[in-house]
Amino acid sequence: MSAVLEPNAGAPAVARSPGVWDAAWLRLKDDPVGMGALAVVLAFLTLILASVLGFAAADWEREKGVPYAYPFFAGDRENVEAQAMQGIAIGKDRRPIDISDVDPLAPKYREWAERAAKLSLIDPPRLATLPAGGDRWGRDVLAKAIKGTQISVLVGVFAALVATLIGTLLGAFSGYFGRRLGDLLEWVYNVFTAVPTILLIFAFAAVFGRGIGTVILILGLTGWTGTYRLVRAEYIKHASREYVRAAHAIGASHASRIFVHILPNVSHVVLVQLSLLVVAFIKAEVILSFLGLGVPIEMVSWGTMLGEAQNELITGKWWQLAAATAFMAMFVTAFSLLTDALRDALDPRLR
Amino acid sequence: MLVRVRDLSVSFRLGREQTAAAVRGVSFDIPRDRAVALVGESGSGKSVSALSIVRLLPGNAIVAPQSSIEYDGRNLLREPVERLRALRGRDFSMVFQEPMSSLNPVFTIGDQIAEVLQRHLRLTRRQALARAAELLDEVGIPEPRARLGAYPHELSGGQQQRVMIAIAIACQPKLLIADEPTTALDVTVQRQILDLLTRLRQSYAMSLLFISHDLALVGEIADEVVVMREGEVRESGPVDRIFTVPQDAYTKALLACRPRLDARPRRLPVIEDFMRGGPTASAPREARPAGGPPLIEAAGLRKAYRLKTGLFARKTIDAVRDVSFRLARGCTLGVVGESGSGKTTLAMLLMRLVDAGGGSVRFGGKDLLALSEREMMAFRRRIQLIFQNPYASLNPRFTVGRILTEPMKIHGIGKDEDERFERAIALLGRVGMPAESIYKYPHEFSGGQRQRIAIARCLTLQPDILICDEAVSALDVSVQATVLNLLLDLQEEFHLTYIFISHDLAVVKYMADEILVMNQGEVVEAGDAEAIYAAPAHPYTKNLLSAIPRGYAARAQAR
Repeated sequence: MSAVLEPNAGAPAVARSPGVWDAAWLRLKDDPVGMGALAVVLAFLTLILASVLGFAAADWEREKGVPYAYPFFAGDRENVEAQAMQGIAIGKDRRPIDISDVDPLAPKYREWAERAAKLSLIDPPRLATLPAGGDRWGRDVLAKAIKGTQISVLVGVFAALVATLIGTLLGAFSGYFGRRLGDLLEWVYNVFTAVPTILLIFAFAAVFGRGIGTVILILGLTGWTGTYRLVRAEYIKHASREYVRAAHAIGASHASRIFVHILPNVSHVVLVQLSLLVVAFIKAEVILSFLGLGVPIEMVSWGTMLGEAQNELITGKWWQLAAATAFMAMFVTAFSLLTDALRDALDPRLR
Repeated sequence: MLVRVRDLSVSFRLGREQTAAAVRGVSFDIPRDRAVALVGESGSGKSVSALSIVRLLPGNAIVAPQSSIEYDGRNLLREPVERLRALRGRDFSMVFQEPMSSLNPVFTIGDQIAEVLQRHLRLTRRQALARAAELLDEVGIPEPRARLGAYPHELSGGQQQRVMIAIAIACQPKLLIADEPTTALDVTVQRQILDLLTRLRQSYAMSLLFISHDLALVGEIADEVVVMREGEVRESGPVDRIFTVPQDAYTKALLACRPRLDARPRRLPVIEDFMRGGPTASAPREARPAGGPPLIEAAGLRKAYRLKTGLFARKTIDAVRDVSFRLARGCTLGVVGESGSGKTTLAMLLMRLVDAGGGSVRFGGKDLLALSEREMMAFRRRIQLIFQNPYASLNPRFTVGRILTEPMKIHGIGKDEDERFERAIALLGRVGMPAESIYKYPHEFSGGQRQRIAIARCLTLQPDILICDEAVSALDVSVQATVLNLLLDLQEEFHLTYIFISHDLAVVKYMADEILVMNQGEVVEAGDAEAIYAAPAHPYTKNLLSAIPRGYAARAQAR
């Protein structure tokens, strides 16, 4: 040991340097767009939390209004569907043609009528208008959209996390180690991309059955390929960079070089992919729900709302579409802007 | 006077309100049929000044209203763009630093030369191609007719630069602007390009604006010299006056801080010495005795890369072939050679950053090449490497504190994080950096400061051997001098052994006790540094040494 260096006792006491995340937070605070986006995303998260805990939209299944109730601001228009439904209700009182001679059930009618008289059917008063309109059964569209947010965001975010995790891990190993392992992973990637996505989704759906967990898994397992490709390319590029060689020279292990040294330097690619995937998966959930492979029938998501809106739109009932679209657009835009701001904040060079 | 630059000020918009001044009130003249050199270090505004003449500045540049660049009775800064476009390529032409990126890779070189001729001289395509062949012949490309159909990647770097020059002189311009035209080239190729530029300038009777950071180079080619620093002209005048009786302290410093081939002072003078007016000369360095037991001994090192040339065809290229050397403790081994000579591969082999194809490296009684990765860990601590590019060798996402403590953590030096931070701060002080640097990120530092951080990172492990792979090549000359001084101080203080790899023969001469001259993976000459520089035996070494720019002194002698 030739280079001996005594730790300098008189070294100025310097406070520990701010961590990467602290510094990133300070930079994010200076970005008005990023902070706005963060506020919107946080508002959505609060909404989701409220809906999970039952503070908001707990009664989304209650049929509060008349079918296709108009929104408040358009309440003075004529609601043909609601009138038609009431018409059917009036028609109940009319006697049908007497066919008791041939009807084998005729003796039972009286018994049934007596039994029915013991029960009383209360039809709660239905509202003519709802805050954002009603759907076919008179359910509040606003409540549906809030409840739908819970499912859609859950599916989008978790599926994107699963896909990004798989894509990043495989891409990192493939790009960093290359050779045999790289070839093997490339082969897996090629097989996955060669099969049409929708077919792959059907296959996974058939194996796993229905449910939210399944939707997340299906989307995650089929959507990692793009991230894998990009991350692999970044790792190939970075693995031969001098700072990684320098890390090798000081004795850093493979794991340390992959996750501690290179990963922060490719995190912008991963983050951008993550935000794109969240958006893509929220849309994919719509398609899956439309095909009957999505969320179960007793749940509501933006996807099922859009699916219903398809038929309604022909008859001029636009509010379900508008509500679902507005929620989706707001969340997706805010989320994209937030990841973009996060990317900038995490990059010390962009200051 | 061909071009008269008066009070040129250029600044760049950085953000919504921020601007950064690049050039501040610069004035100089370019006479007809003369070579004017703009000399300065990075950030001196020399390229911006030259680009202003042809108005090729980026979109965020702001030229101050009082600036004027007079050419042919007009102020070029006020001319409409169409008129400038007619001038570019015909009256003014440019040669850039990187020939590989200034030629369009998808067009043949014949096309690219013909384009200027067809555009400005209205030649037909047939005429243009015929003229292009003449031009290629003139810039010294063999078999010019056959070469017209070649693509840029089929030519070497030197030939590509010749093609760039052919394009530049195609319309017989009045002014040729050469922006660091030889910086990316090897020293022997640099010599050829310089000779070519001088010859063409004389035969075409054009003016040359030569931009360079290298005073030695400028001394050979220029008639007038303009020395710039931080956007201002420090001194200008005819070349003999600048080189023999420099007035400005900065010019004096620039002239002195390059290591010279004929002297070996203990310490290189740096800019601060001249600015402060302190002592600039120091005693010559004592030569180190070559003897002593070897600390590290390499024998028969080889490394071959296999390239795929076809479906099954493979070609092997020897990057390093049969390299052997012995190095005693406290000595410096210099490794010189041009690009592709295998210098860097040798460093990687010694560090075991690439797997060797054969040979042995004996160090501390063990053969490093035979050790497992686990056994190698103990030795990693003892051999450290400083990389060429300080911009790339520090992880941009790590703070300096983390960069410095990580190696200590890996090797279990220091008992806890606080002690490691203390050591890191002490080391920063030792390499001349303030303690506050520890919070900052690498991008907040200049190239020289980053290289100091890289050196500090190596020192955290208290190594025996430090390999410097082109460690000062990417730095400005004045910064080079301070880093070289630091390396020498550290060598004395910690009794370090250096393997100093560089393409810069003057720097190697200054640093090394013994040298290896490498060419295409082989050692062509090895031995005592003084002896080899005084009397090179191998023709390659002779060629290499004769190509070193020797500045104005050599030119004056030749007269």
